[in-house]
Amino acid sequence: MSASALADEPGFLEALFARRAVLVSLIVFLVILAAVILAPLIAPADPSAMSVRNRLAAPGGDYWLGADAFGRDVLSRLLYAGQVSLTIGCGVALVASVVGIVFGLVAGFFRRLDGPVSRIVDAMMAFPDILLAIALVAILGGSMINVIIALSIVYAPRIARIVRASTLVIRELPFVEAAQALGSSTGFIMINHVLRNIVSPIIVQATFIFAYAMLAEAGLSFLGVGVDPSTPTWGTMINEGRQYIDQAAFLIFFPGIAISVSVLCLQLIGDGLRDALDPRIAKEL
Amino acid sequence: MTRYIVQRMVGMLVVVLLVLTIAFVIVRLAPGDPAALMLGPEATPAEAAELRERLGLNEPIPIQYLSFVGNALRGDLGTSIFFNQPVTRVLLARAEPTVYLALFSLIIALIIAVPIGIYAAYRRGSWLDQTAISTAMLAASVPSFWTGLMFQRYLATELGWFPAAGYGGPDADFWVRMGHLVLPSIVLGIVNSALILRFTRASMLDVLGEDYVRTARSKGMTEWRVVLRHALKNAAIPIITVIGLTFALLVSGAVVTERVFNIPGMGNLVVSAVLRRDYPVIQGTLIVVATLYVFINLLTDLLYLLVDKRVRY
Repeated sequence: MSASALADEPGFLEALFARRAVLVSLIVFLVILAAVILAPLIAPADPSAMSVRNRLAAPGGDYWLGADAFGRDVLSRLLYAGQVSLTIGCGVALVASVVGIVFGLVAGFFRRLDGPVSRIVDAMMAFPDILLAIALVAILGGSMINVIIALSIVYAPRIARIVRASTLVIRELPFVEAAQALGSSTGFIMINHVLRNIVSPIIVQATFIFAYAMLAEAGLSFLGVGVDPSTPTWGTMINEGRQYIDQAAFLIFFPGIAISVSVLCLQLIGDGLRDALDPRIAKEL
Repeated sequence: MTRYIVQRMVGMLVVVLLVLTIAFVIVRLAPGDPAALMLGPEATPAEAAELRERLGLNEPIPIQYLSFVGNALRGDLGTSIFFNQPVTRVLLARAEPTVYLALFSLIIALIIAVPIGIYAAYRRGSWLDQTAISTAMLAASVPSFWTGLMFQRYLATELGWFPAAGYGGPDADFWVRMGHLVLPSIVLGIVNSALILRFTRASMLDVLGEDYVRTARSKGMTEWRVVLRHALKNAAIPIITVIGLTFALLVSGAVVTERVFNIPGMGNLVVSAVLRRDYPVIQGTLIVVATLYVFINLLTDLLYLLVDKRVRY
């Protein structure tokens, strides 16, 4: 079933929102998303307008969330930085899914390629995510696109593993055999019969990867090996604020909250989706 | 069983070879000449040519690959450009804080997660269970460096309960060095406890529903004994697996935490290596860590044999 058919499925939304936390997370996440997208309209100030007189101004007054070392409005910077952080998270979830689906389908469908692809996936997953991402960004260079590429390489094996496992099951079902008997091409069967039936575990995993990628991006930016430091992201804001942590801890506090709330919402949404899409797994965790 | 162990060893060797291959490929993904990249913009073409020669970059790729794998299997991971020393020696010199940090934080994570996980499963649905689950979820959502910075700011700098940063200086004795690891280990331990807690709870829930637990209870065994002797023993396997899996999390966390607390370990080394474009060090760290991960997961699998007598291969 396709993603849109999924939402029409009777009982899906009821099941998804059965837990209050999932509904709240979805609303909070949509609010964050809307605020970040509408940043040019709702930001109280120009995020790069400096004001020496107001450097490190405490939260309150004209600066709701304070001002940084250059007197720039923290709230406005948070909104604009969110555009980059969320784009990276979403981009990684999409690219990693596409790459993972291709490798997973190939491994699950062609027995001869299963061994090699699965071993490569094992080897890729032996590298801790931040470490592999650091190495890849170091080699590729730090730009938003390269961070998305690096993190997609890091997380694609997770999708590939799930897609492979599900494909192995679906491949043996009678309707695949029937399609083969009717003369459908392998590519058509892979996309129309197999992929359509494993959309839900992919969506669940992609939601988690969205969350992990945002955490990883923040980590890379904090280490100074992520996107160009002049591009504000929630991670680079923390990195910049670090040297003023004793006088102005709020410079670090607010971006940290922004990351944590977004990631928490995504994880809860992922949990809710998993429960609603597959009641069988729900019991296990 | 011997056959199973041999099979797993061979499988491990294949994955390690692939790890080496991936590490080899990554450095060659660099756009342009890696030697020029490593030396930075000020280098003259002659210097780049000299470095290319020294790194063997003028050889055909298959020859480079074979000598790279051959050297790595003999324990030679190349020479650091910055330190002009073998990568293995550079890594070993910084291994101590990282190893202790990982070890302490794993112990702290277990101390937090296992008892709470067991109790949460035992009192499923109670307020304590729900609090434990939501706190674990929250802990997994907060960036570890942010927790580190906050703890450092308030518990170390302001209250002075812990050393704020560093590793005690070059001549510090063992206990001073370990003292500097306490706060970082707590931070990393909290972050890593989340996953272990969820798994402990889940596997205890599975086991508590089993027939033999009911039997043990009906025999009049005390609850304490039922939970610890019967249930925990059987829930141990998934818990051991997840401990093996948290190794990756632990290393990722250590890289960032060492940077927060300015601890001169392998994590700090690899980040500095990126900033210095010292590719052999980055490559060497990747290889050492990934190989360790593969090895630890083999070990946890073999531990099954010892813990659960039902498992026969």
